[in-house]
Amino acid sequence: MRLLTHNMLANNAKGVTKGFPLGLEVTAVETKEAEFNPDFLKKMVPKLEWGAFCEAAAVIGVTGFPTAVTPDLFEDEAFLKKFHNALLEVHVEEGVLICPESGRRFAINKGIPNMLLNEDEC
Amino acid sequence: MPPKIAEIKLTHFDGEVYEPAEDSFMLVDALVDDWPNIEKTSPTICLEIGSGTGYVICSAALLLQGSGVCFATDVNPRAAAATQATLAAHGVSAEVAIGDLFAGLQPRLSGQVDVLLFNPPYVPTPSEEVGRGGVSAAWAGGDKGREVIDRVLPQVNRLLSATGCLLMVLVQENDIEEVCQRLQESGLQSRVLLKRTADEEILFILKAWNSSLQ
Repeated sequence: MRLLTHNMLANNAKGVTKGFPLGLEVTAVETKEAEFNPDFLKKMVPKLEWGAFCEAAAVIGVTGFPTAVTPDLFEDEAFLKKFHNALLEVHVEEGVLICPESGRRFAINKGIPNMLLNEDEC
Repeated sequence: MPPKIAEIKLTHFDGEVYEPAEDSFMLVDALVDDWPNIEKTSPTICLEIGSGTGYVICSAALLLQGSGVCFATDVNPRAAAATQATLAAHGVSAEVAIGDLFAGLQPRLSGQVDVLLFNPPYVPTPSEEVGRGGVSAAWAGGDKGREVIDRVLPQVNRLLSATGCLLMVLVQENDIEEVCQRLQESGLQSRVLLKRTADEEILFILKAWNSSLQ
């Protein structure tokens, strides 16, 4: 599971009104090289919840992102490389996603988050 | 040169995951045929619900060539694992999650999906066979084969981006006209892209998109 996925997942259980962003606990991480594509990164910025991304990046050990992305940063190679790495190259192999409201835990095993809800949560 | 799509010999499946068959091939054929139109909308986010072996989403990832990102969900954990293995074998990646239908990707993907792919459990079966888990979740569709399809249809318009589209598999028994009617009620127009007669079924690929687009 990459941070891109984390940024798009929420706890949709019945009765939960604020199931995003999910907390992240990490026990195993792998880094896999991905093709660096600045145009794609620029397209993704407005689709992300930036605050949630920065918090998750800190969990995987990438800190120091600005609080907002200004247009000049798209010319900043160092920023783009760091953003690319945290968003697309770091894979959480084992860990847990935690609902900010209910504390419900969703396991991440072998790189795949399990968002299945129990019958009483649907 | 024909566009690169997923290869069967690199596709992972076992007895607990629905093996790619005529319906899967047809969905990929339709995606390839329609790709020149889809490409014009600069697709960035593609989502497949119920990705099974990953044959279809892997083909989408190969068509996107890194200009976009693919998401895939499956209610069957073994299918989600197969999807990830198939993607890895082709050297592409997608965001895979285990879960029912949208698997927690709503509301964040609402209004952001440029290409939505859906090969639903469309086979008419007794209602009690729907959602039993394992490989039967891949085909058991309940009344008219529509029980899972009808849970998805009202959500499609909310998920699609302004220029987004849905490509889905249907069979004759699903009542294509009624499916189009349901989509229309939610603000989507639709048309049949492909129709084929397979062993025991007449298969269709339906495309749907926002009514305000031409």
